[in-house]
Amino acid sequence: MFLGTFVALALGTYMYQRIATGLTARATSIGEQQALNERDYAQSLFNNAPRTDINSLRAIGLQIAAPVTGTGRESDGGQHDRIVIMRSVDNTFPPLGIISTESGDERLIPASLRAAVQKDPTHAQLQIGTAPVNGKMIPAVIVGARIVIPNAGNYDFYLVSPMTAETQMLGIVRTSFLLGGLALTLLLAGIAYLVTRMVVSPVRDAAHVSERLTAGALNERMQVSGEDDLARLATSFNAMADSLQRQIRQLEDLSKLQQRFTSDVSHELRTPLTTIRMASDMIHASRSDFTAPVARSAELLSRELDRFETLLTDLLEISRFDAGAATASHEPGDLRDIVERVVDGCESLAAAQGVRLRVHARRPAVAPMDARRIERIVRNLVTNAIEHAEHKPVDITVAANPTAVAVAVRDYGVGLREGDAEQVFNRFWRADPARARTIGGTGLGLSISLEDARLHDGWLQAWGEPGNGACFRLTLPVRAGQPIVRSPVTLAPDDSSIGIAMPRGNSLTMGTPAAGGPVGHSDPGGERWRSAR
Amino acid sequence: MTTGRVLVVDDDPSLAEMLSIILEGEGLEVTVCAAGDLALRAFRESKPDVVLLDVMLPGIDGVEVCRQIRAESTVPIVMLTARTDTVDVVLGLESGADDYVTKPFKPQELVARVRARLRRGDDNAEAETLQLGDLTIDVPGHVVTREGSTILLTPLEFDLLVALARKPWQVFSRETLLEQVWGYRHAGDTRLVNVHVQRLRSKVENDPENPQIVLTVRGVGYKAGKA
Repeated sequence: MFLGTFVALALGTYMYQRIATGLTARATSIGEQQALNERDYAQSLFNNAPRTDINSLRAIGLQIAAPVTGTGRESDGGQHDRIVIMRSVDNTFPPLGIISTESGDERLIPASLRAAVQKDPTHAQLQIGTAPVNGKMIPAVIVGARIVIPNAGNYDFYLVSPMTAETQMLGIVRTSFLLGGLALTLLLAGIAYLVTRMVVSPVRDAAHVSERLTAGALNERMQVSGEDDLARLATSFNAMADSLQRQIRQLEDLSKLQQRFTSDVSHELRTPLTTIRMASDMIHASRSDFTAPVARSAELLSRELDRFETLLTDLLEISRFDAGAATASHEPGDLRDIVERVVDGCESLAAAQGVRLRVHARRPAVAPMDARRIERIVRNLVTNAIEHAEHKPVDITVAANPTAVAVAVRDYGVGLREGDAEQVFNRFWRADPARARTIGGTGLGLSISLEDARLHDGWLQAWGEPGNGACFRLTLPVRAGQPIVRSPVTLAPDDSSIGIAMPRGNSLTMGTPAAGGPVGHSDPGGERWRSAR
Repeated sequence: MTTGRVLVVDDDPSLAEMLSIILEGEGLEVTVCAAGDLALRAFRESKPDVVLLDVMLPGIDGVEVCRQIRAESTVPIVMLTARTDTVDVVLGLESGADDYVTKPFKPQELVARVRARLRRGDDNAEAETLQLGDLTIDVPGHVVTREGSTILLTPLEFDLLVALARKPWQVFSRETLLEQVWGYRHAGDTRLVNVHVQRLRSKVENDPENPQIVLTVRGVGYKAGKA
């Protein structure tokens, strides 16, 4: 558009210049010829003058200079010609005075022209000047030549011939060029618009449709019209979308089916389990009536039932996460209260393991949370830490900053091997299967914790070093929808960059190792960590 | 030990029998009904003090049975559910159940819930009348009246209202209410409180959209309106 305007302007200017030059050249040649004619005519009049006294000569001069019509000059334009007869510089005869068509015309003659005539009297001298026509100054051809007046000596004869016609013509040309340029520009704009309509808008449509597809509107399709390349593009685009949609639907159905199955199995197991549970409790309650082996069996039955139940509950919880059916209520809660409750609940376990729990929570750490889920996470982290602390103390730190609240559970026990920090959140993952379990666990605890954290848009991260213990940190945003900038608690002892941002893609699809997982690092050769409930 | 009659509505014979054994061991009188469409008749015949109702039943499902029983009685109803999904639980509670236990449950847990539902009625018998808004609450008589006309409340709704009305200056957290009204010693499901407060409001408020009797204190819990 801009380019088009520019080209039109440049072209117009160039052509205008060319025409102007041509016209000027024509006007000068005509003017020169005419001037020579006029001069010859004037010369002959003076030569044939009957009397050569000053007054007669002057009268002849005035007759020559008088505005003449019909002397063979061009019909219009010519009438504005002026004639000026002036005494040459080197003339010593008595002066005739200046003879001109209109008084004051002699001022139109440039001094340089006079000098040129003086220098070379035999030829006509030519210059472009200006002359007033109808009160306006317009360019004029001024021609000077020498005439010899008997008894009066050398005189300079000048013809001022304004380029009226040429100026008018140039005006017309300029106007037409301007109008033409404007029309051309508009035309260009129109063409550009049409091209946009024809080519760009289908492309734009395609972009829009693919954006909608990306956003999940799988039914979105492009409109196919005509049989050009764009129509082909639309057709293949739609085919691609169809195929994608089909595959996504299939996967969705499959995954729904699987989730449904998990959920149904868990539910169906519950009724018989309830009966078994109650029967077992009855037997367990009267175990003192049995012989020692039977009584012990009753105890084992009861204990394993507990484990079975926990596992079922965890499975159900995971299947609910998988189905996207898990919802969290968000009410303001203080992490310190939750930590306090958890620590109270874990006191006896810690005592049994010879572990001291140290809580560092000075300031309130209030954030919107589902207290039940957060408590579950914290309890999970604390029991894990107790189990792996190897009788060393466990530090529980609560802190807050403007964007986040966090709780970190740090033990100084066996730590994590390299790569374990990424693995700990995997379902049923155990660092060292050979290790005897002291506290029952389903292997789903940390997976559920991670899902719970995610439900809060929070982070759950692990760090560990063999022999130096491990640290698990839960960070929650202070306001829903506002991303966490930085966790207020450190994760690793040299917490420079580790775990500042929540890595993406820590998917917990069953059977696949969680890609990425919250950041953690550790050195080789360490011990084990496992997720316990 | 309170003797009481319990109606167990469950289609799983083993579970029903096991429940009978446990509850009879507690000195309760148990009637079993195996299908939803028979439940109402069984209820009318046995006149139980507590109903244990499975959600998944052949014939009519538990939620519907609950609604039917609630239509003619304020008897305490405890739902047995295998689902802990919010929707199912809330649906059960909204249909009129007072409490629910999730399968699998421990026998002691169930017995505690049943006892808690039976407990009422044998506490104090002193005359006590409370005034809350334009409501008059006759505590031992279990009657709530507004301008002379009686408002029918379930025992649990009544207990909830009394708990709030006795201390109108106090804001009750959901956990406190669970402990006082439902008799839970440990933190239970606060959804119970939300649903029952909604139900109570729909009965006692002039405009349930704009409650004056039971007020919500955001982020804390509930309190009674001005006397």
